[in-house]
Amino acid sequence: MDTQELRRKSIHYRKTILQIIKRASSGHTAGSLSCIDILNVLYNHVMNIRPDNFKDSNRDHYIQSKGHSVEALYVVLADRGFFPVSELETLNCFQSHFVGHPTRKVNGVEHNTGALGHGLSVSVGLALAAKKNGQPHRVFTLLGDGELAEGSSWEALMAARHYRLDNLVIIIDRNTLQISGRTEEVMALEPLVDKFAAFGCAVQTCDGNDIESLVHVFDHLPFKQGCPNLVYARTIKGKGISFMEDAVQWHHKVPNDVEFQAAIHELDAAEAAL
Amino acid sequence: MTNLASGRTNLEEFADTLLALAKADRDVVVLTSDSRGSGKLVPFGQALPDQIIEMGIAEQNLVGVAAGLAAAGKKVFAVSPACFLTARALEQIKNDVGYSNHPVKLIGISAGVSYGALGTTHHSLHDYAALRAINNIDIIAPADNYETRAAITASLRHPRPVYIRMGKKPMPSLQTASTVFEIGRAITICEGIDVTFVATGETVYPAFMAAKQLETEGLSCRVISMHTVKPLDSDTLLNAGQQTRALITVEEHSIYGGMGEACAAVLMKHRISLPFQIVGIPDEYTVTGSQSEIFDYYGISAGGLAATARSLLEKERAH
Repeated sequence: MDTQELRRKSIHYRKTILQIIKRASSGHTAGSLSCIDILNVLYNHVMNIRPDNFKDSNRDHYIQSKGHSVEALYVVLADRGFFPVSELETLNCFQSHFVGHPTRKVNGVEHNTGALGHGLSVSVGLALAAKKNGQPHRVFTLLGDGELAEGSSWEALMAARHYRLDNLVIIIDRNTLQISGRTEEVMALEPLVDKFAAFGCAVQTCDGNDIESLVHVFDHLPFKQGCPNLVYARTIKGKGISFMEDAVQWHHKVPNDVEFQAAIHELDAAEAAL
Repeated sequence: MTNLASGRTNLEEFADTLLALAKADRDVVVLTSDSRGSGKLVPFGQALPDQIIEMGIAEQNLVGVAAGLAAAGKKVFAVSPACFLTARALEQIKNDVGYSNHPVKLIGISAGVSYGALGTTHHSLHDYAALRAINNIDIIAPADNYETRAAITASLRHPRPVYIRMGKKPMPSLQTASTVFEIGRAITICEGIDVTFVATGETVYPAFMAAKQLETEGLSCRVISMHTVKPLDSDTLLNAGQQTRALITVEEHSIYGGMGEACAAVLMKHRISLPFQIVGIPDEYTVTGSQSEIFDYYGISAGGLAATARSLLEKERAH
């Protein structure tokens, strides 16, 4: 898929994210918009995960540690054919299997996440198993920056380097915001790239909202033999909707009718400009 | 017949059983948290170095990694002191193992007050209570070497996540080779009509010795090894509640939230009322001492349990 087509997909994904959140009257709006370009490139360009090979242990694996951005994941899985997009109308509804955090009840979801600081450990386990079995597939995991305050993430990083898991790809959605404010004000993370390097990761940075930048960085995997790959993706929370961008209140705010129309209008304009 | 002379620890039995299982199946892997020595897994590590994975002193990561390995088809035994495994990593147990439904075998070693004088930090008197309230995890505390071997072997084929906890005291053999072990089905070690002891883990032995003591006084005691704390064997419990005059539960756990309260709930639900007592560790910081000294202090001993039985029967007579 060429980059122009990927860009078009990102716009469509953003629209669907806003639609399902609006319908459900709940959801993690800004975080989903922050990471949707990453998910787009992973599922449509990088990973070999499809409905027809989902039960095959030799395919790539994806664990979304920042589980709250579940709308981004559900929308991409629907587009990839794991289930009809119309099913997302039941998001968060009574007795729906589309829970507000990733659940294996949904076809295409590999692990139940939502509590933070869990996904990297599970991914280390999957990557370790692949190494032990001599399987060539890779394990991708997406972490938020706020969740890096959870110590378990750093336990997992130590193990990833200790076991030389160069089949593990850790992506950091570095949007610098968490629910109550700037990461640097809530619990400072910087110098974050240095910390990952010190833990033995092979770090590559990119613009996590730019398709070409993402494609370029993932096309260079693996980064260094024996080192876990870490993609440090600089992103903007709420990306794509001007009034949601980098605004803390949109963490899980639902757009009202006026805001929703304005957002769709912006996305229509972006598509027309492609 | 029971053989009270035997004396291997359940931990040693566990390690030997696991080694045999792992030799026959390359997908069996063991995770340790700097607990290779305390888990008696040094011989395992020497024999099968590719099937043992050291995670360092990091229980949260240990359980998360175990879930990932299990998701990839490995048969994972996550071995760590019960006190740390079931408190430090509780959220990983709840979400990554239980909720995500990866059939990890969580092995809590040196459980209960096995660490004795090392104190409260090293005791696990909360694990039944914590894990009983978490969906999709079975809880097992084998009484002796036989139950240990059977539980570990059964766990390999068990479709659900399971927590197995054991101590490090040499355990006399309470079972015979013909005893049938099944997860969720209690084992009646001896029949009786006066008093029932429903015990679990390493407290089955003192319950059995109490029964022998009471026998010399003309009292007939039933001793049940409730090795599976969850799901509880209600049938065996209800039969005992109907067929004997008093019932005492015994566990190496807080009296709150453990096997005793689980039994009480089942008996009440079925309107079975009889003199009843939960024996365990009371809601206080445990007295300093060895496991045996702590057991004696809180009445988890042949003498203490026999006294509890006499007292309950006296109340019944007075009633």
